Amino acid sequence: MTQIFAYIPFKNGNAEDVALEYPAAAEKIDPSASLTAVVTGTGPDVDAVAEEMTKTYKEVIKISHADLAYPNAELVRKALTDALPHDAVILVPHDTFGMDLAPGLSVKMDAAYAADIVDFEGIDSNALKMIRQELGGAVYTHVTSDISTGAVITIRPGSFAPTEAGSAGGTVIDKSSEVKDLAAKRKFLEVVVAEVGDVDITKSDVLVSVGRGIEDEENIELAQELAEAMGAVVSCSRPIVDAKWLEKSRQVGTSGQTVKPKVYLAMGISGSFQHLGGVKGNPFIVAVNKNPKAPIFQVADVGIVEDILEFIPELTEAIKSQ
Amino acid sequence: MEILVCVKRVPDTAENEFELNSAGNDLDRDDLVYSVNEWDNYAVEEAIQIVDNVGGSVTVVTVGDDESEEVLRREMAMGANNGVLLSDEAFEGSDGKGIAAILKAEIEKGKYDLILTGAQADEGAGQVGGMLAAMLDYPYASLVNKIEAVDDAVIKVGREIEGGNQEMNEIQLPSVLSIQTGINEPRYVGIRGIRKVASVDIPVKGAGDLGIDAAKVGDAGAKTKRVDYFVPDLGEGAEMLEGSTDEIIEKLIEKLKAKGGL
Repeated sequence: MTQIFAYIPFKNGNAEDVALEYPAAAEKIDPSASLTAVVTGTGPDVDAVAEEMTKTYKEVIKISHADLAYPNAELVRKALTDALPHDAVILVPHDTFGMDLAPGLSVKMDAAYAADIVDFEGIDSNALKMIRQELGGAVYTHVTSDISTGAVITIRPGSFAPTEAGSAGGTVIDKSSEVKDLAAKRKFLEVVVAEVGDVDITKSDVLVSVGRGIEDEENIELAQELAEAMGAVVSCSRPIVDAKWLEKSRQVGTSGQTVKPKVYLAMGISGSFQHLGGVKGNPFIVAVNKNPKAPIFQVADVGIVEDILEFIPELTEAIKSQ
Repeated sequence: MEILVCVKRVPDTAENEFELNSAGNDLDRDDLVYSVNEWDNYAVEEAIQIVDNVGGSVTVVTVGDDESEEVLRREMAMGANNGVLLSDEAFEGSDGKGIAAILKAEIEKGKYDLILTGAQADEGAGQVGGMLAAMLDYPYASLVNKIEAVDDAVIKVGREIEGGNQEMNEIQLPSVLSIQTGINEPRYVGIRGIRKVASVDIPVKGAGDLGIDAAKVGDAGAKTKRVDYFVPDLGEGAEMLEGSTDEIIEKLIEKLKAKGGL
């Protein structure tokens, strides 16, 4: 029988959303598999999260250790390698922590590795079939992993329907004592909180968001003129901040701000999942992109295939003349 | 500081519209434009800047075919001192672990203080750096957006985490870091720069040179394999506005008014 272990990340004593998404993922891997939640941390926080997880999971493994107060991937890897069976399937979110932990964990577990999985298609004689994307979401692929010696798999947060936290009536198994040496060559120092910019894009109902399609720093002005005509605010995707054309505080995405506008204009933005992960609250999305195959058109409400450098000025003029 | 940067030749997402081949199971690879993985340019730039400050040298390495030599030359035109191409038929079809095992063999033949990779490449897995570190028993940090040398044995490293926050860590050398875009501004490489390094010798090493068991890498050693490429049925997607630009704008303004955008 397949054994599946789901790593539960949490902040301030609250499990992250992915905790409720694992059961649907596990069901698709193997409906007859056992599913166990794994919580690592220290003090009352880890106790509270483990207890909370018994509502959703029949079995919850808790590893409590003072050195696990901050989720240092190197230490968590050691704890999991000590406490979990090496032929199991271990699920981790594909986020900044999961990317830090999971590849090395697969090496130490001597297990197959599959990253950023968006769907599972079941197991056929030890080959687990999965779906993922490549090339920034431009194409989909099927991949298989030989799970006979275990697997470490990162799943994309938000890809599996969350279950209702129910009354599974699970039990907590304390495996803290199975963890051996937690010495690490990497030491956590502090979290530096993002600087607040001149404009708070999270407060705006209408965002004119620009991406790579803006092509040049001087073209940012086109977006600013449109935003002004609409009474909106300019935000952007990651490449614009990397190029230092706009401040980091204007970046929408998992590594930037999470916004909840009513209307979101995605101008020359391809629509990577990291970007869309920052757009919440189901806004009305308008996508303008010269590439008709841009992934953004799958999530937008309205799509327009045009070059934004020509389209934006015309739209601005039309709005001004209303 | 002796720095190794692992780079990859990839289809350029900015230059290509990806289509499936006629069989519908692979990309149509005719006419694809390739370039160096975007993240790798940031890693090479960071390595050059560190060496500019504290001395040492930068070596770029890739696992690939003959055509991958061009990305090594490009990075050498940026300022990397040496290039190494790891190439062998036995390497074809490697999964992330296969690639990491090949790189590990080369790393053990040298003496590097710091090994950099891009945070991810064309497949979007972000896996090789973390695997390599675990195989070497070196410390690792992913999504690095700041590096400060402390002394010969320790560096201070910032990682990009959710919400635009930065996680600071102290890491012992030797270590492996995966570099996030935005950490620096990679320098421009002109034709003249490429010409300068056009005739520099780039050694090519195969499985035998590296002492790698061919059965443990390549397709034979891969536990995770790509089966095919496909286009999923994603439902209808966006309502596409068509017609002349004027007509499109008229329709769009109506919709924006209805949804509170104007």
